[in-house]
Amino acid sequence: MNFVNLFRIALKALGNNKTRGFLTMLGIIIGVAAVITMLAIGQGSKKSIQSEISEMGSNMIMVMPGGDRRGGVRSSGSDMESLKLKDYEDIRDNASYISYISPLVQSSGQAIYGAANTPTSIYGVNSDYLEIRRYKVSDGDFFSDQDIRTAAKVCVVGKTVLDELFPDDPNPVGKVFRFGSIPFRIIGILESKGYNSMGMDQDDLIIAPYTTIQKRVLAITHIQQIVCSALSEEYTDQAIAEIRQVLTANHKIKEGDEEDFNIRAQEEMSTMMTSVTDLLTILLAAVAGISLLVGGIGIMNIMFVSVTERTREIGLRMSIGAKGRDILAQFLIESILISVTGGLIGVVFGIAAAYLVQLLADYPIAIQAWTVILAFAVCTVTGVFFGWYPARKASNLDPIEALRYE
Amino acid sequence: MKEVIRLENIRRHFIVGEEVVKALRGVSFTIEEGEFVTIMGTSGSGKSTLLNTLGCLDTPTSGEYYLDGVSVRTMDRNQRATLRNRKIGFIFQNYNLLAKTTAIENVELPLLYNPRYNARQRREMAVSALQSVGLGDRLQHRSNQMSGGQMQRVAIARALVNNPAVILADEATGNLDSRTSFEILVLFQRLHAEGRTIIFVTHNPDIARYSSRNITLRDGRITADTRNGQILDAQEALAALPAQND
Repeated sequence: MNFVNLFRIALKALGNNKTRGFLTMLGIIIGVAAVITMLAIGQGSKKSIQSEISEMGSNMIMVMPGGDRRGGVRSSGSDMESLKLKDYEDIRDNASYISYISPLVQSSGQAIYGAANTPTSIYGVNSDYLEIRRYKVSDGDFFSDQDIRTAAKVCVVGKTVLDELFPDDPNPVGKVFRFGSIPFRIIGILESKGYNSMGMDQDDLIIAPYTTIQKRVLAITHIQQIVCSALSEEYTDQAIAEIRQVLTANHKIKEGDEEDFNIRAQEEMSTMMTSVTDLLTILLAAVAGISLLVGGIGIMNIMFVSVTERTREIGLRMSIGAKGRDILAQFLIESILISVTGGLIGVVFGIAAAYLVQLLADYPIAIQAWTVILAFAVCTVTGVFFGWYPARKASNLDPIEALRYE
Repeated sequence: MKEVIRLENIRRHFIVGEEVVKALRGVSFTIEEGEFVTIMGTSGSGKSTLLNTLGCLDTPTSGEYYLDGVSVRTMDRNQRATLRNRKIGFIFQNYNLLAKTTAIENVELPLLYNPRYNARQRREMAVSALQSVGLGDRLQHRSNQMSGGQMQRVAIARALVNNPAVILADEATGNLDSRTSFEILVLFQRLHAEGRTIIFVTHNPDIARYSSRNITLRDGRITADTRNGQILDAQEALAALPAQND
């Protein structure tokens, strides 16, 4: 018996029971559509987080002082004063895999203008910082090297701070406010970046020359962090190696000793964040997969009913020459036909539902070819798997018994 | 004359619980090409078991069965399926047509399991089989749109379509009224006249009078095997029936 004939017989059997076939298919349709929609949502959040992180600078590397142990007391890294300006200068001059580098000193306090005030942070950096963190100046200018040399009391301000201090002033460039007791003149305004994926307001900051913060605000000579950009994300590891080399030499760290600094790449951060969304994707897919499984069991159920109902037909087919494998193939094709047709409809519905989610809930979605192929493959396998047992039962019937079945 | 069926001391025992039921206790006979044999017996006589054996649906516990010169006893399930497909045409009491399926598709069915024929050949053979049973004008009728007599004619066409060595009919007129029964008998006699080998299992003694030979079974043994010297003509019997005037 050839395949085309079997196919025709299976189609005919389905055609004789359209409502039942459709209801059985419904389980598969819902299952496949759920898998595709859920994966689209999961992948969508992953993609949006990835793009936000790369917005923050996916090739960013941070160097912080490490914790130290003296006399058995471990102190926190931020208390340490182990990073010096010389470290920054040496890395800047020697590293070849680094495109931008800036020292960073930071202070938190109250920004005050007239009666308005707001708690915020001030970052002391150089002009590379804009490139590293992908900030842009929308109004006015960024401070110059001259300002850094003279520790000028100038700053660039984020939108959140401006809204608090100058709620009615459309152009506060040139105004002078106080950060703590130190007056700062606004020379530029940062373009708004909004909130990042961890919910932090990226516009709630003031940027000033690092020398100003060191001398006038904190009165320190060390620096708290060095931030830099690798040439691109792929060169992060080489850049880290170079930084490590400079710092171990500068800090006279012997082989085998604990380093007194920490290097952290944004890349790690992105891996960490995407692992969360990956977990989310897996959970969603698992829930959807269960509904596909239930759909598969529905097929098995119906195929059993179908085999029982058509026992006489099976007996007749056997008596006129159908072999066990012909009967097996007939019922198997029938169940595959149900699941594959259901799968196709499910793919269409799933994609439509995903776009509906995007349209109505404004949620990022990403439909990837592999999810569609996976869902479709799973439902074909479901058809074979759950169709096998009833088909096997049919093919093992004794023709004499089957013909006599009432 | 060519020998179509040869049974040699066929025994068939079933084990039901602890007991052994001996359905056939040594049955031997031969049937030659072109015979119209009725096998008679009351229920429990073993005629169903004999029919299943003749139809290669069942294998005997002991004894030899040659169908068209081939020994059936040692064949496996698949070989017997192929043998049934090529050599046997079944006709059942309850027709066993596929539901909601046209006459032509029903008749094509045995040919679907024979890779030798393509779609066009299947259709041609099915049409000519249907024409030979007088249903040339009802090719596309579905099984649920036909009367009992028409359904049995479709079933006969299905049994003829593969040009079998033997036609096995199991109470083929059992579900039909007497007029339709005679119409079917007329058809069987015509097939007999055309040289077909027919085995007709029945418990109705009247049928035996229209066949060429009668084998009677009782308790798993043959009690009588007689040739019919005076075969009645079913056509005449049909004509003699009172006309239906209601």
